[in-house]
Amino acid sequence: MKLKQYVSRHRSNLVIYGVVILGFILMQSLSSAKLLSSSVQGYLVPICAYIVLAISLNLVVGISGELSLGHAGFMGVGAFTGIVVATLLKTVIANKVLLLVVSMLCGGVLAGLFGIIIGLPVMRLRGDYLAIVTLAFGEILKNLINNMYIGQDVNGVHFAIGTEKPVLAEGGSMIINGPMGATGVTKLASFPVGFALILLTLFIVLNLINSKEGRAIKAVRDNRIAAESVGINVTAFRLKAFVVAAFLAGMAGALFGLNFSSLTASKFNFNTSINILVFVVLGGMGNILGSIISATVLYVLPEALRGLADFRMILYAIVLILVMLFTWSPKVKELRSVVSAKVSGLFHKKEVGADE
Amino acid sequence: MKAVKFLQYLINGISIGSVYAIIALGYTMVYGIARMLNFAHGDVIMVGAYASYCVTSYLGLPAPVGVLVAAVVCTLLGILIEGLAYKPLRGVPSLAVLITAIGVSYFLQNAAQLIFGSAPKNFKSIVTMKPLVLFNGGLTITGEVIVTVLACVVIMIGLTLFTGKTKMGKSMRAVSEDRDAAQLMGINVNRTISITFAIGSALAAIAGVLLCSTVPTLMPTTGSMPGIRAFTAAVFGGIGSIPGAMLGGILLGVIETFSKAYLSTQFSDAIVFLVLIVILLVKPAGLLGKNVQEKV
Repeated sequence: MKLKQYVSRHRSNLVIYGVVILGFILMQSLSSAKLLSSSVQGYLVPICAYIVLAISLNLVVGISGELSLGHAGFMGVGAFTGIVVATLLKTVIANKVLLLVVSMLCGGVLAGLFGIIIGLPVMRLRGDYLAIVTLAFGEILKNLINNMYIGQDVNGVHFAIGTEKPVLAEGGSMIINGPMGATGVTKLASFPVGFALILLTLFIVLNLINSKEGRAIKAVRDNRIAAESVGINVTAFRLKAFVVAAFLAGMAGALFGLNFSSLTASKFNFNTSINILVFVVLGGMGNILGSIISATVLYVLPEALRGLADFRMILYAIVLILVMLFTWSPKVKELRSVVSAKVSGLFHKKEVGADE
Repeated sequence: MKAVKFLQYLINGISIGSVYAIIALGYTMVYGIARMLNFAHGDVIMVGAYASYCVTSYLGLPAPVGVLVAAVVCTLLGILIEGLAYKPLRGVPSLAVLITAIGVSYFLQNAAQLIFGSAPKNFKSIVTMKPLVLFNGGLTITGEVIVTVLACVVIMIGLTLFTGKTKMGKSMRAVSEDRDAAQLMGINVNRTISITFAIGSALAAIAGVLLCSTVPTLMPTTGSMPGIRAFTAAVFGGIGSIPGAMLGGILLGVIETFSKAYLSTQFSDAIVFLVLIVILLVKPAGLLGKNVQEKV
């Protein structure tokens, strides 16, 4: 009886977990049966990272109702922290999976810290002003990483920011080399760990949404003044959602960064933030399953259109505009409801007649 | 000598700031009236610059014709974009319109890449005026700087007169204040919004030509960074406010040039955005923006 109650209450969440697990089993078995081409194989980890990024941004944009345009900044912090930690601890931790997990956690924690630093002032603002400040912070983070040098040699770790590169002793190597970014990264990321990260993200975000905190956050989104007047600490709850999202974005960033052999800070610019936002909005604000599906489809779409060469990004743009028009335009909505009424009328003639 | 150097940086800053200001005007007017962040605005600049480039370089026509053609092309483009992509979405949540604007931005950039290729084009300056050299060569004011600043002043005065005195300008202000009330008073809201887009896009075309005259490379992505900068400038001054956009644009240009000259070239981006954040924390509605109190 209890199980039944649990299932009925959490049906939508269980569906999300089910879809993700099924997707993983499908891709994993296809991949072990060697049915996937190497290019498709290469998409798997980035897709996992983008799914996590989309879910975490959805927590900010959809659930908490703040427009954030700097999500890629947190991703970048996570990615470079992950790379540094993975390189430094390479000799200490032999197990690759453990090393990856530790790096991801460090990336997440540092991104979360930045989330607190950024969130504290940002949460004073609202609406489009909040959007512009998150954009500004994203650009600042990118600018700082772009001019950061971290090197390692027998004397230890060297760190510099600005114009002067640290001078390394013989045998030392640069981990992050300013505008050139990180090169020669050991690829640690794997699809199963990416899948585990998605599950962790779902666990954190879904629990948060369905908890007392989550209801408070949604109350703030729907009516800030009403929420405030019943004693909800508006700033604290908005900040909580923001920091959790930053932490998850950092972990996803570390996974993403450790999937490529080289990486530059310019990858984490405004356009990447916007791309993640597109995933969230197209998937439906506040809809977690929607984020997962749209992140997957929209990541694969430009790659699948590669055969069209120059036309693919134009096509992507047109699809984007048309989908937005189709899902949001009041006229199209009206048309859709008329059509669906007609279609259902074919099957339920009596009920329609009874209504009249 | 130091004072002359300072003056030189100040003038350069005002010049690039004037370009930001002209772009920011388009952002701010559209935001004030349609309540949307038009992220495709930066790419309209790029289209304007390409239009002018085609006329002057391929057809060999004089520069003023190029500017005129650019303005006409962008005006039509602005009306077209608004009618096809934004008008059907009137009244829906602003985030949906924002994503559509991003789609339009991608479309324009990739269309330009398809037509002109991604290799940068060498944009010939539209200004033929000789640079003004003062203080025995310590201070150089190029013709581009003079034209840019003059254009900015003329546009500022023109727009102030337009919004203050003409019937259309007044109806624009009315729509931005309260769309429903304006409609009840018999103002054609759709037409007002279309005209706002037309004006904003024409300004973007002029800004594009001026920008590419100062920085003579033209690529499909030329408009995106100045677009973001101008958006920042518009918020800086208080989004929705026309004098605010002017002030924000010029201040942003000056801060950018000074931080490049005196503080750090690499971190100029970070410094500009940091100043923006500090200002927004002190004045959350921007320098000249109205802080509207919510009523329950």
